[in-house]
Amino acid sequence: MNHKLLLAAILLPTVMLTGCETLGGQDGGDVVVEDRGTQADGGQIVGDGADGATTSGAQAGSEFQGHPLDNPQSILSSRVIYFEFDSASIRNEDRAAIQAHAEYLSQHSSASVVLEGHTDERGSREYNIALGERRAKAVRQLLLFQGAVASQLQTVSYGEESPAAIGHDEDAWQQNRRVEITYKTR
Amino acid sequence: MKFRKNNRFISGLWMLVLLLTFSIPANALLTIQITQGVEGAQPIAVVPFATDKLTTPLPYDLVSIINSDLARSGRFSPMPAKDIKTIGSPHDGGTVRFGDWRLVNMDYLLVGRVRQTGAINYEVQFQLFDVFKGEQLTGISYPFVASDTRRMAHRISDIVYEKLTGQRGAFDTRIAYVTALTDFNKKRQFRLNIADSDGFNEQTILRSSKPLMSPSWSPDGQKLAYVSFEAGRPQIFVQQVFSATGQRQRITDYSGLNGAPVWSPDGKYLAMTLSKSGNPEIYLFELRTKQLTQITKHPAIDTEATWSPDGKQLVFTSDRGGKAQLYTVRLSRNKPASRPRRLTFEGDYNARAVFSPDGKLLAMVHGNKGRFQIGVMDLSNNTLQVLTDSRLDESPSFAPNGSMIIYATNRNNRGVLAAVSVDGRVHQRIEVQQGDVREPAWSPLSK
Repeated sequence: MNHKLLLAAILLPTVMLTGCETLGGQDGGDVVVEDRGTQADGGQIVGDGADGATTSGAQAGSEFQGHPLDNPQSILSSRVIYFEFDSASIRNEDRAAIQAHAEYLSQHSSASVVLEGHTDERGSREYNIALGERRAKAVRQLLLFQGAVASQLQTVSYGEESPAAIGHDEDAWQQNRRVEITYKTR
Repeated sequence: MKFRKNNRFISGLWMLVLLLTFSIPANALLTIQITQGVEGAQPIAVVPFATDKLTTPLPYDLVSIINSDLARSGRFSPMPAKDIKTIGSPHDGGTVRFGDWRLVNMDYLLVGRVRQTGAINYEVQFQLFDVFKGEQLTGISYPFVASDTRRMAHRISDIVYEKLTGQRGAFDTRIAYVTALTDFNKKRQFRLNIADSDGFNEQTILRSSKPLMSPSWSPDGQKLAYVSFEAGRPQIFVQQVFSATGQRQRITDYSGLNGAPVWSPDGKYLAMTLSKSGNPEIYLFELRTKQLTQITKHPAIDTEATWSPDGKQLVFTSDRGGKAQLYTVRLSRNKPASRPRRLTFEGDYNARAVFSPDGKLLAMVHGNKGRFQIGVMDLSNNTLQVLTDSRLDESPSFAPNGSMIIYATNRNNRGVLAAVSVDGRVHQRIEVQQGDVREPAWSPLSK
């Protein structure tokens, strides 16, 4: 009897999980359930990672082995430039990042980027498209000034049509007023 | 224990069923509600039309469509059908007893009957009366086919509206708009839709995973110009709205912005914004010759052109004064004939203007102290009236009879459409079942 109960206790969650996976496979709407399981597993992995934090700390130095664009500690990993409302002025704190990208581009002539300009949702849509373009061009101008070549730089504006953050408050708006620097080639 | 688990599993299944039910991208119906009406809306009784002789019943009830049209305008207060029944059910002038309707303070009375003239053919005959004078205002009969039942009802509403207000009705019209949906994989889907002015017959004429923007009707109501990012950059297209194949043509693919297309009143040009020179400027694109004429030349942003109905003037948004404001430029033979003159001085942001059909008013997005609302400027004295009171209103578009302005706003964190009468007294809310709705464009009057 006790054995049966034990067996049931072991089997039932498995049955449940299997059910959920099937559902998840049939329809994305149930992925949430599946995700929860993954997160629980992932929690342990994160725990393992915490033990190995010293290892990644050691990597943080200049001995990063991968491509410089993949180094999370490099200033090149900063690829989003943020703006004030209705403005295309580049903030002082973003200048170092732009300079680093300019230097990278000037040292890697085959590298190229797309500069994607975005705005928050306030005001009219076509004006925002123009404002997003102005932001992308402001970043482009600074990259050119600091050594990138025009053929490496492409701009496009999505205005308010492609927000990074959903929401209708200053928090979301600040995240949406941006230029994204995306490397097409390295 | 086992039972409980199973139960949970079953309820999970139910959730899935519910999710599927609510997420089917079926015809998302627009529902339109009056949120604020006019005091002293005119009482009218629309007596249910005689349909008892029909061998095939109509797919929709004409009278309920007419009633909801008239009520939605905010200018009429139709008598409920159950109250009408207690007074009488006349179907032609001969059987109307005006005294009975005067007793219940009805100003107007509409009666009629429908006859079947073929398998799918019908004829409706109706008469509109002024109850107090005991006089017929109009009496008409129209043939129609079953599939046009809703349009027939809207045309009757248009006739009643015009007789009683002196202004053309705009019920037999359509609205184009863009919806943005997010699917289960968090992927965005954009749709260009059209629906009847009462929200029925929603049809998707374009789907894309990239943004769609700025729909604009051709003056004949047959085509839409719009901006699509389907190629990863903005391009302007013109699409036949009612062709089964959705035939369309790419109009521009210049480097930089290709935006804000708006048809000239004669249908021969599109005004648009291009930044191929390095800066957003307004151009006229002649559709027949594909020739461009540059209208503005200024290092600031110039965009969102709108034509005056006589075609002699463009109003556009520019931040050449530091902030977005409206400017006007005169045209002569579709070339600029004056220096741009600033039109708006109130508030800190005025943009995306549109002329009323009679050319006397200019509606716009009016920004002041961080709130963006729909304003209307009377061009005879340049006074501005703010018509709405939320904070993220945009994309105003006039009904083709000039009575209402439809616009996009935000409600409960969703993009929705709303409409307001030009005097600011009637407010309507238009809701779809899912997604964000934006950029409404009201079609011209049907020919």
